[in-house]
Parts: sequence; structure tokens; C-alpha cells
Amino acid sequence: MPEMIWKLVEISIIIALLIPMAAMLVWVERRMIGIWQDRLGPNRVGPFGILQSFADLLKILGKEDWIPPFSEKLVFTLAPIIGAVCVLMSFAVIPFAPDIGVSDLNIGLLFFLAMASLAVYSVVLAGWASNSKYALLGGMRAAAQTVSYEVFMGLSVMGVVILSGSFNLREVVLAQSEGWFIQSQFIGCFVFLVAGIAESHRLPFDLPEAETELTAGFHTEYSGLKFALFFLGEYLGVTLISAMSVVLFFGGWLMPAPLDTWLPAIVWFIVKIAFFILFFILLRTSLPRPRFDQLLAFGWLVMLPLALFNLLATAALKLMEVL
Amino acid sequence: MIVRFASIESLFYLAALIAIIASLKVVTQKNTVHALLYLVVSLLAVAVCFYLMGAPFAAGLEVIVYAGAILVLFVFAIMMFGLKNDETKYAPQSKGLTIWLGPCVLAVLLLVALLFSFDSADIQQQLNATVISSKEVGILLYGPYLLAVEIASFLLLAGLVAGYHYAKPDAQGGHL
Repeated sequence: MPEMIWKLVEISIIIALLIPMAAMLVWVERRMIGIWQDRLGPNRVGPFGILQSFADLLKILGKEDWIPPFSEKLVFTLAPIIGAVCVLMSFAVIPFAPDIGVSDLNIGLLFFLAMASLAVYSVVLAGWASNSKYALLGGMRAAAQTVSYEVFMGLSVMGVVILSGSFNLREVVLAQSEGWFIQSQFIGCFVFLVAGIAESHRLPFDLPEAETELTAGFHTEYSGLKFALFFLGEYLGVTLISAMSVVLFFGGWLMPAPLDTWLPAIVWFIVKIAFFILFFILLRTSLPRPRFDQLLAFGWLVMLPLALFNLLATAALKLMEVL
Repeated sequence: MIVRFASIESLFYLAALIAIIASLKVVTQKNTVHALLYLVVSLLAVAVCFYLMGAPFAAGLEVIVYAGAILVLFVFAIMMFGLKNDETKYAPQSKGLTIWLGPCVLAVLLLVALLFSFDSADIQQQLNATVISSKEVGILLYGPYLLAVEIASFLLLAGLVAGYHYAKPDAQGGHL
């Protein structure tokens, strides 16, 4: 019984750290974009504007939580919750450090893929339940985009599974003690990162919420706390994709010999995640948004062959015992 | 981790109960999207059952393939049709009980078969069975069951070719 209570405490701590961190990311993103675009960004609330997210939260809690009378009420309310819950569930299988992590599920990688594919219901149902044209178009784009990029995401990580021989994410990390998988899986890593951006529908792949053409896409009709939940889901999604990239390709908490004693394992893990989050923000500032047909054509014509080639080459090299 | 402390049996029966209720809701709902959502819930509950019976790989694939991909496409298609007002007009529920007769007979036959199989293989024993790893599933699929895998892949290839044929622009540049 004490073990179970300890587990619940661990889960609570992880959630209690993740959610404020996702909120802080909003400020980090706006501030970093500001710096990269040679302006200041939000810098008024607190030192360096660090309390900006707190001010945003207060404002959003004060907004009227409006459910449109023409919407499908139950599904409309459920949709943002599904999104946030699915992303939070995925963090259960992330190994944060040698003895930190909620579950060493033997199908951890499959669990992550499953939660990523369930998260699409949030966007699709939001689009459908809003009963408005913009939202429906956004929801349909999200469905097509996610179902397509899910395929490449699943294929791109199979190289890692071949090399480590396990779906258990902790074993994947431990298998990288000789060298990170990025050495041989650079194509897989590229496909995974692109698919990850598409799955979390961030710029440049944020076609489901493209504001220039669809107002706000699937969350056009949302306001107040429900809108905040969509935002939370998005930023948690960015953190999740960063954490997964680190676990799968960049050795998780592991570092090469002299460096690993400098900082505790969990700190190295967080440093690596922070690097990827900043990379995603930099992508957002620097790349234009493609057209929707270009996005899907790029997926099926470039990403799919790349992922398949990576899988075949990895399997062949593994059989020849080169890797 | 927590599963170990709660009784696995009671979790199994809870998941099975959810699956049955959700499946019943699928066929009695008049709103198509709601019916599909109950189907998703049913599939997730079945995945939990698989996991508790020691088949984690099957559970994972159940969620990824059925709940995460196929039903998303179903919801996608239903959304595109935009069925709003004509849902009760064509719903078979309005035609009385005779239409339920055939499915009911088939379901009862299936239930009898299931009960017989439960009689021989105790469900208790199934729940305590060893966990089958994804490696064993892979070895079985590409060993004794290779022919079935190949036949399934023929079927998928045929579907792919048909899909390509329908989506291909014709001589006038339009679609079939």
C-alpha cells in the first residue's frame, strides 16, 4: 500500500510540474519569437515579463465560458478535455530519469502512439460539435493531416525499436548507453520531428487552425476555460514531442562520460527537452505555412518513402550486424 | 503499477461491462456521430480487456488501428455528409421489432458458442496466463501464420489499387 501512495504522489508531482510549465511555455514562446524578430515581446508583467502567463490565466478565468446554443453541447464540452487528457496520459510512459517515471509499460512506445492517435478526436469532435463552417473545415483538415502523419510517425520510430529490441521506453534509453540512436537514425529522427509537428498541429503545419483562412479553425467557437484547455493541450503536446525525441534518439537522461557527472540525470533530460522546445519555436518563427494539398502531398510523397527506406536500411544493417 | 493492487479480475469485468453497454448504445443511438463515439469507447474497453488478459501488443494495436485510425476515418466521413435532420427518417428502429429478429438470432447463437468455450477454458485461468510479448507475436505472425499475413496483405493491396483507381482523374480531368 505505501508503494501505491508513493506512486500517486509521484504522478501528482509530475502533473503539478507539467501544467504550469506548459503555461510558462506560452510566455517563453512569445518572448523568444520577439527576440528573434528583433523586438521585445511581452516584458511588462513581473521581471522580464515572466508573470505574463499568470496574467493571461487570470484574464481567461474571468471570461464568460460560452457554449453556443447551436452546438452539440455534450461533445462540445468533452472535446477539449479529451485532447488535454490524451497528451497528459502519454507522459505516464516517459522515463524522466533512472528512477523517475510513472510506468515502465512494456508497450510504452505503442501507448504513446495510441494516445497521439486518440488526441485527434479532440480536434475533430470540436470541429463537428461547434456546428460552424470554419470549425468543421478545421476539424476535417485535422483528421486528414493527423491520420496521414501518424503513419510516418509510427514507421519512423520502428528503426529505434529494431535497434533496441523493445517497446519499453526505459529499455530504449538504456540501449543507448553505447551511443545515441541519432547516429544511425538521423532519417528516422527527421521524419519523427516533422510528423510530431504535424500531430501537435503547430506552425508551419497548423492548417487546422490557420487564422488567415479559417478564423481560428476548430476552436473558433471556444472561449474561456475550454479554449485554455486546447492551448494547454497544444503546449503539452510540444513538450511531449520534445521529450519523445530525446528519449528515442538523443539518449534520454544519458550523457557521454565526462558530462554526465556535471549535472543530475533529470536536469540533463530537462536541458535536452528545452533545446527541442526552443527548436520548435524557432521553426514557428522562420517557416511559412504550406497549402493543405502541399502538406498532404509532402507527407505521402516524401515522408513515407523516407520512413520506409529508413526502416529497410536499419533492418538490413541490423541483420548484417553492422549496427 | 496500480493495477497490481486493485484486483485484476474486477478491472476486467468492469471493462467488459463498459464494452457491452457501449456496444448496445452503438446500435440504439439515433445520432450517427454519438453511435461512433460509443463504438470508440467499446473498442477502448476491449483493449483494456486484452491488456488484462496478458496481450499488451494486441491491446496497443487495437487502440492505434481501430480507435485511432479506422474510426477517425468513419467520423470524418459522417462529418462530411452532415447528417442533421434525416437521421430518424431512415433509422430502422422506427420499422418495429421484426427487423431485430435476424441479428438477435445470430447474436444468441454466438452467445451459446461463447458460453461453451468459457466452460472448457476457465476465464480465471486466462487472466492468470503469462504475458505474451510483442516479440512472440511477431515470430508467430511471420512463422506459422505467414500465409494469413500474406493473404491479408493481398487484400490491402487490392484495396489500395481500387482506391487509386477511384481517385485517379479521368480523361476530362474530373474524378470518378
